[in-house]
Amino acid sequence: MMKYVLDLRVTRVERLGERHLLLVATNPMGALPDMCPGQFAQLRIDDSKETFLRRPISIHNLDREKNEVSFLVQMVGEGTSSLRKKQPGSVLNAVLPLGRGFTMPTSAAEQFLLVGGGIGIAPLLFMGREMLRMGVRPAFLLGARSASDLLLLDAYRACGDVYVTTEDGSEGERGFVTQHSVLQQKRFDRIAVCGPKPMMMAMASYARREGVPCEVSLENMMACGLGACLCCVEDTVDGNVCVCKEGPVFGIKKLKW
Amino acid sequence: MADLRVNIAGLELANPVLTASGTFGYGIEYADFIDLSRLGGIIVKGTTLHPREGNPYPRMAETAQGMLNCVGLQNKGVDYFCTHIYPQIKDVRTNMIVNVSGNSPEDYAECAARINELECIPAIELNISCPNVKHGGMAFGTTTDGAASVVKAVREAYGKTLIVKLSPNVTSITDIALAVQDAGADAVSLINTLMGMAIDVEKRKRILSIGTGGLSGPCIKPVALRMVYQVAHAVQIPVVGLGGISNAKDAVEFLLAGASAIEIGTANFLDPTISVKVAEGIGEYLDKHGFASVKEIVGLCE
Repeated sequence: MMKYVLDLRVTRVERLGERHLLLVATNPMGALPDMCPGQFAQLRIDDSKETFLRRPISIHNLDREKNEVSFLVQMVGEGTSSLRKKQPGSVLNAVLPLGRGFTMPTSAAEQFLLVGGGIGIAPLLFMGREMLRMGVRPAFLLGARSASDLLLLDAYRACGDVYVTTEDGSEGERGFVTQHSVLQQKRFDRIAVCGPKPMMMAMASYARREGVPCEVSLENMMACGLGACLCCVEDTVDGNVCVCKEGPVFGIKKLKW
Repeated sequence: MADLRVNIAGLELANPVLTASGTFGYGIEYADFIDLSRLGGIIVKGTTLHPREGNPYPRMAETAQGMLNCVGLQNKGVDYFCTHIYPQIKDVRTNMIVNVSGNSPEDYAECAARINELECIPAIELNISCPNVKHGGMAFGTTTDGAASVVKAVREAYGKTLIVKLSPNVTSITDIALAVQDAGADAVSLINTLMGMAIDVEKRKRILSIGTGGLSGPCIKPVALRMVYQVAHAVQIPVVGLGGISNAKDAVEFLLAGASAIEIGTANFLDPTISVKVAEGIGEYLDKHGFASVKEIVGLCE
């Protein structure tokens, strides 16, 4: 897939609670390139003194009709936090689309479970919407610390069934996603996971136990995002490979955990 | 339009802009963004005689105006390079230069000899300055005897343009430069990264897997510029300048300090098109100030 450096133009910035932002942007120069669920963009950070590099942010949605791409950002440090200063009309310089995304269904009969924890839910909306376009209705299993951390649930519900866990029990079932009853009640053909590493490891062991093909999206610290600097490597069965280029999505059979 | 061509010890460059090893992959990673033939050359990822897995993750830490890395020369070895990578890059219409590293003078020489056989590789950059590997790398580049021993061994095995990349982690970089000149180097490139460290205050641990790493980016530019100036005034062979160059103005500073060509490294991560923009910007500077050729400004600063 051809990669581009684009000066995107921000069309909407929505603050979601204390720690999250929804950034929507268009390409004023023409149609946005096509992208796959699970791929990411390297966003340039313009107003941060402490940080230096771009920030890899997954594609949250691609609306081809409106020619808009969106990013769901958790404000973690100064780099991601500075994105809150963007306003409609601001330039958002992005290198995209990068990396390899999730395996998509090959038939409408395939039962997919998309599991997201915390900000890891971000790429799963794009995946759900793409699946819907193909006539496949996925199920989502989304986990958060508390009800107030569950973002944009309605958008996910528009694509498929949504199962929820919160650590404090304020919404859905109490506990972690791996403890949700749906995992005992239903059988899925394929699982896609994005979230904190302990959660992905727990889902991977569930998938191994059940013999279900499973992919996870890693977020190792990156510099170039292009497979050139070899900083973000994961130790896999094939040796050290770049998460930015060979991933960020990996089948769990490739991983050593 | 000013003439941007330069000549590094017989190696003709269309313009003075090269991309630095370890920041540009094998060039093909950037082919979607720029026309690679618009570069003076591409210095590809460090290559060793035997495959190397490199250091464990984490290999990178961000700093103010720069970054630390401890990649540790991960590469699949020179045989893999010759059979799998060379066929993919040999037709790129620019100077494809291979960065060579090793554990002993014999390793360096054997690796260089293999690359000497490749028709479309007109030069090598000898890395005697990698701060991230235990044996070899910087160990050779920090003493005049060590540096000379590697360069002598490679000079015997390698007939094309030999550029030697110097470490800034030394007491006198000019002494090392003079030693490699005497040992047969055609040119020197400097600087490699400066040894540094980063600590995570929450975990109370050093961030990089091996504890230390090489610092690159705009924060090292003044150090690099000073060293390029000093070396250019001490040696007779051409100097290739690098270290934190992020725009055409930075590049012109290095040319004025005495560099015949420059390398763009970490800046490629911030803007994958920066190398071509720097080449264009040098041309604009020359035109604006009435210079007919880039060669006129090399070492112009007293």
